Amino acid sequence: MMDAFLTAHKLSVTLAGREVLHDISLALPRQHLVALVGPNGAGKTTLLRALAGLLPAQGAIHVGGDALASLSLRERAKRFGYLPQGHMVHWPLPARDIVALGRYPHGATDPARLSPTDEAAVERAMQATDVTQFSTRPATELSGGERSRVALARVLAVEAPVILADEPTAALDPRFQIEVMKNLRAAADSGILAIVVTHDLGLAARYADMVMVMQEGRLVAQGAPAEALSDEILANVFRVTAYRTGHEHRMIIVPWAGV
Amino acid sequence: MVTENAAAKRRTGTIIVMALLVVLLALISLGVGPVRMSPLKVLETLFGGGSDVYRVIVQEIRLPRTILAVAIGAILGLSGAALQGLLRNPLASPSLFGAPQAAAFGAVLVIALGLADVRSYALPGAAIIMAFLSVFALLVVAGRNAGLLILILAGLAISSLAGAATALAMNLSSNPFVALEIAFWLLGSLEDRSFRHVMLALPFITIGAIILMSQRNALRALSLGEETAQSLGVHVGSLRLIVILGVAFGVGGAVAVTGTIGFIGLIAPHLMRPLVGYDPARLLVPSALAGAALLLAADIAVRIIPSTSDIKVGVLTSLIGVPFFLYLIMRERRALGGGIG
Repeated sequence: MMDAFLTAHKLSVTLAGREVLHDISLALPRQHLVALVGPNGAGKTTLLRALAGLLPAQGAIHVGGDALASLSLRERAKRFGYLPQGHMVHWPLPARDIVALGRYPHGATDPARLSPTDEAAVERAMQATDVTQFSTRPATELSGGERSRVALARVLAVEAPVILADEPTAALDPRFQIEVMKNLRAAADSGILAIVVTHDLGLAARYADMVMVMQEGRLVAQGAPAEALSDEILANVFRVTAYRTGHEHRMIIVPWAGV
Repeated sequence: MVTENAAAKRRTGTIIVMALLVVLLALISLGVGPVRMSPLKVLETLFGGGSDVYRVIVQEIRLPRTILAVAIGAILGLSGAALQGLLRNPLASPSLFGAPQAAAFGAVLVIALGLADVRSYALPGAAIIMAFLSVFALLVVAGRNAGLLILILAGLAISSLAGAATALAMNLSSNPFVALEIAFWLLGSLEDRSFRHVMLALPFITIGAIILMSQRNALRALSLGEETAQSLGVHVGSLRLIVILGVAFGVGGAVAVTGTIGFIGLIAPHLMRPLVGYDPARLLVPSALAGAALLLAADIAVRIIPSTSDIKVGVLTSLIGVPFFLYLIMRERRALGGGIG
């Protein structure tokens, strides 16, 4: 296994007096797509936020050899591209301006005045997600699928070594679910560590190098999809049985019945 | 990227046209009064031409009033746009949140207690502190991700409290003439203001404007929500405090010399959005210009509307502003019903 780029040691998070993450330790290398799965309320989003330094946590997080706590907000922003659930936009800004905000951590705070480097990063991200044709359209007028891709482009434009994406495929039709996962797969192949929260075990098994399973604030399994999504874990954590097969050397897993 | 350039050109064009409009209205404003002058005559007088009498009228009597109208209109428009950006809500404005009312209370307290006369720096000082406290209290009461309804209700409560406190201060004032003077002053007016007033308000308004402008790019990033903005390196907690501080300086400084002039901050950004787009950063300067134009126009109107006694400009802006607010509520009705955040 390659050197770990992102590590957490005995990570705990307490929100409103309730411990929602217990004692989580992980070590993840670059060039990996990691799926983070678990039932509703397992703490997936909280873990993602804690890793990005967006909420106070106990324990140590290191990214690229540096303690997260020692990094300024801006340094953190350069290392994590964070895609929250729902990726809301409050004003009808043009899609390109939203993608350009991905360059904010690099000092490009005004989308109207980007350096050639920033311009190129925005261009690459928009091409990768196929949203160039929406450039001047207000983001609020785009369809759900189009908006998701714009949001993903914004995260790609950061060109951070780590991407944290919270249910990027939720509310997308099958074609765009596949497109988004392909984008993240490509990002991982280019050297990025992408951690993706998803409820779709099929997508997780198909695209991820590694699956982390959470239950009640704990990491209960991590490993290759076949190990982490074993019959035993599916039964214990998700309370389902699964139908399994294979296609093009990829595992196909379909949750089949409740236990 | 042709359309991108077109949008940029339209923004620049809007700013130029609005700036020219402000200049024109300022010249008209300098010409309005018992002695009427055309804008050209005003221009000539301003640069040392014309008779001594005309020069005194324009340069010493009317110029402070016009300068205050421009500066205060601008800071109110700017504050409104910044608050709407901060709360990501098109119905936000200083007056709906009780900031001017609280600032007025601060100033009234100073006057009623006889701590200082109406031309002392203690006045804007107290007004700024109360304006800051009121917006801060509003955000604490309403919570971080408060919906529109909560914000408006909290704002209503705070402005009622400030109103009651002002009434109490007047109530307790020993001199009935002072109370009456305060009551008129509260209505909001630019009448009979001197350069002393300009010097009293302008430094604070300038500081407020600089503070608000410095946060423009962070306000743009905030369009993506607090969490995403934070993940992009924006310190959202400081941003919130800094914007409140900027609004407090601007509104406090303005209220200290003119009393409460409401709704400019609500209307100005709405007039500019169709022209320059929704980007909160690019909305700031046009909103300031629109605010200046609005207040100049209102202040000209109160001088040319025939009436037995003079109408206060604050009364006029509220008379126009409240129906506009009702119209906005109708437009945003769906969002309101859904309690959108």
